[in-house]
Amino acid sequence: MKWTELVIFVLLFGVVTVLGFVAAKWKAGGTLDHLDEWGLGGRKFGSWVTWFLIGGDIYTAYTFVAVPALMFSSGALGFYALPYTVVLYPIIFLPLLRMWSVSRAHGYVTPADFVRGRYGSSLLALLIAVTGIVATMPYIALQLVGLEAVLRTMGINGSGIVGHLPLLIAFVVLAVYTYQSGLRAPALIAFVKDILVYVVIIVAVVYLPIKLGGWSEIFSAADDKFTTAKSGGVLLNANNQLQYATLALGSALALFLYPHSVTGVLASKGRNVIKRNMSALPAYSLLLGLLALLGFVAIAAGVAPITNQATGQPDTNTIIPVLFQNEFSSWFAGIAFAAIGIGALVPAAIMSIAAANLWTRNIYKEYFRKDATPKQEAKQAKLASLVVKFGAVAFILFIDPQFSIDLQLIGGVIILQTLPAVAIALYTRWLHVWGLIAGWFVGMGWGMVLLYSIPSANGKRAHFGGSALALDKLSLFGWHPFAGSTVQIYVGIVALVANLLVAVLVTLIARKLKAFNGMDQTRPDDYHVDDGDKKLRQIGAH
Amino acid sequence: MAPPKKSASGIRWSPWNLLLLVPLLLLITPFFNRSGPEFIGMPFFYWFQLLGVVVGVAATSTVFAMTKDKPTTPPGPGRDVDELDEGATR
Repeated sequence: MKWTELVIFVLLFGVVTVLGFVAAKWKAGGTLDHLDEWGLGGRKFGSWVTWFLIGGDIYTAYTFVAVPALMFSSGALGFYALPYTVVLYPIIFLPLLRMWSVSRAHGYVTPADFVRGRYGSSLLALLIAVTGIVATMPYIALQLVGLEAVLRTMGINGSGIVGHLPLLIAFVVLAVYTYQSGLRAPALIAFVKDILVYVVIIVAVVYLPIKLGGWSEIFSAADDKFTTAKSGGVLLNANNQLQYATLALGSALALFLYPHSVTGVLASKGRNVIKRNMSALPAYSLLLGLLALLGFVAIAAGVAPITNQATGQPDTNTIIPVLFQNEFSSWFAGIAFAAIGIGALVPAAIMSIAAANLWTRNIYKEYFRKDATPKQEAKQAKLASLVVKFGAVAFILFIDPQFSIDLQLIGGVIILQTLPAVAIALYTRWLHVWGLIAGWFVGMGWGMVLLYSIPSANGKRAHFGGSALALDKLSLFGWHPFAGSTVQIYVGIVALVANLLVAVLVTLIARKLKAFNGMDQTRPDDYHVDDGDKKLRQIGAH
Repeated sequence: MAPPKKSASGIRWSPWNLLLLVPLLLLITPFFNRSGPEFIGMPFFYWFQLLGVVVGVAATSTVFAMTKDKPTTPPGPGRDVDELDEGATR
């Protein structure tokens, strides 16, 4: 047991717990019994709060441990996280503004709310909501993986249920204050989390390379490792370049389709807040790029991953915690661990709120209680947030964590299939509602089939071994258009292309048949409303 | 309730928006998938992409600055109370 680290970790954890409870009163509106308040923090976060909130939301604990771990084991491919977050903001800049405005004008809380309003189809909205919930659940579970990597490095590495107990306690605390304070809790905690993360990463990327003899030493150590292992490399090879680019693009397109990202955006006060953040959020990208390089630093420092006592497997996700432990004094390692640990809580809270909002607005209210009052909605969402969090804990406790990692991989592919209905619909209703539904089924189905067909790189598992598909394996009813090619591509993009093709095809047919395309609740002007407009819909009122 | 075909329009375009395409060059890996020239010991592949962050920020900042002054809602009485109340019922 590492006592100094543990004490600092627990202290900082205590601070954020207090903040989590105090948050209920922070910038409080008239009532917390409304989803605008509980689920979106009153829709009034300014630029700074939004920056911390979205930063805390999308740069998660899992990202912090998994990206360097991927660099550690695969090399250059793991650096995809950088172009991913660079192309992200220019791509989403304009669509997000339209999403914010139309949601503000109509009081939409979730992406599925928007689809419901745009197409008047409760079936399409249900598909979007279910996709969102299914994709988010394993993401929450993965935050626990990040948290556990830190706990195990600090010596809390028991076997069985006892080994998971600290995790359970941390999550019960999180669940209680999220229940009470809603989105304000992670928004306030994000300040602590991000400041800690910035301090730790900046110190790490300045101090560690100096200590280890400079970047050229580090890169040559990494090069040696990959040359000896005959897998990976410090540069991309002919086979994984397309995978690198499509994974970066696919991840960028997918990120703001995730319900928790949309929650962070809708909680902001106005269009200018979002615009400013599109220039300010890349600060985190820079951080992520530098952090990724710590995977190579870990190679140069001779870090060996810790064996997880619960599974008996060496866990590469522990390399960053181990690196910090070996190279930093124990008090600073404690701060670093707290940064990662709190970094798990913020997104876990936002994700559970987003999933709860989806459940409440698009399933409970749509199918079980059409006449639910705002107060009942808020109550339902609070309860749902508890269910979601304990579902995630159960995932980790009773099922191999590898299952969550597989599911998260699948999650990225399936959330991408909502792009036509959510993102394209922001601009045009040309795609027919039946086209969107058909496209969703095809993209979803084919994506799953392709993922199922991919073995893991080390050959240990035959299915769901990754998201890199060799073009050779791409088959269309037995026809292999790229037979013999070893070039790899990201499955999500392949499935999305199929989705779009089918959507267009079915749209053409549906238009020919003059099928009814649903009623549109939105008007062109709705996509441009801004904070301060006269006659704008009131917040927290129906 | 507006008839569906009316709502397809309403897109406001500024040529500055094209700047947002520039950072996408970072997806064309053959441009930078090489080790030289190095910078402080980092292969080209890595520092070039880190530099990409700055390019991305420049693109979004410029678009923000150049489109800021345009009103997002057209001037004049385009919207009446009934239109606005329509969405508030949900």
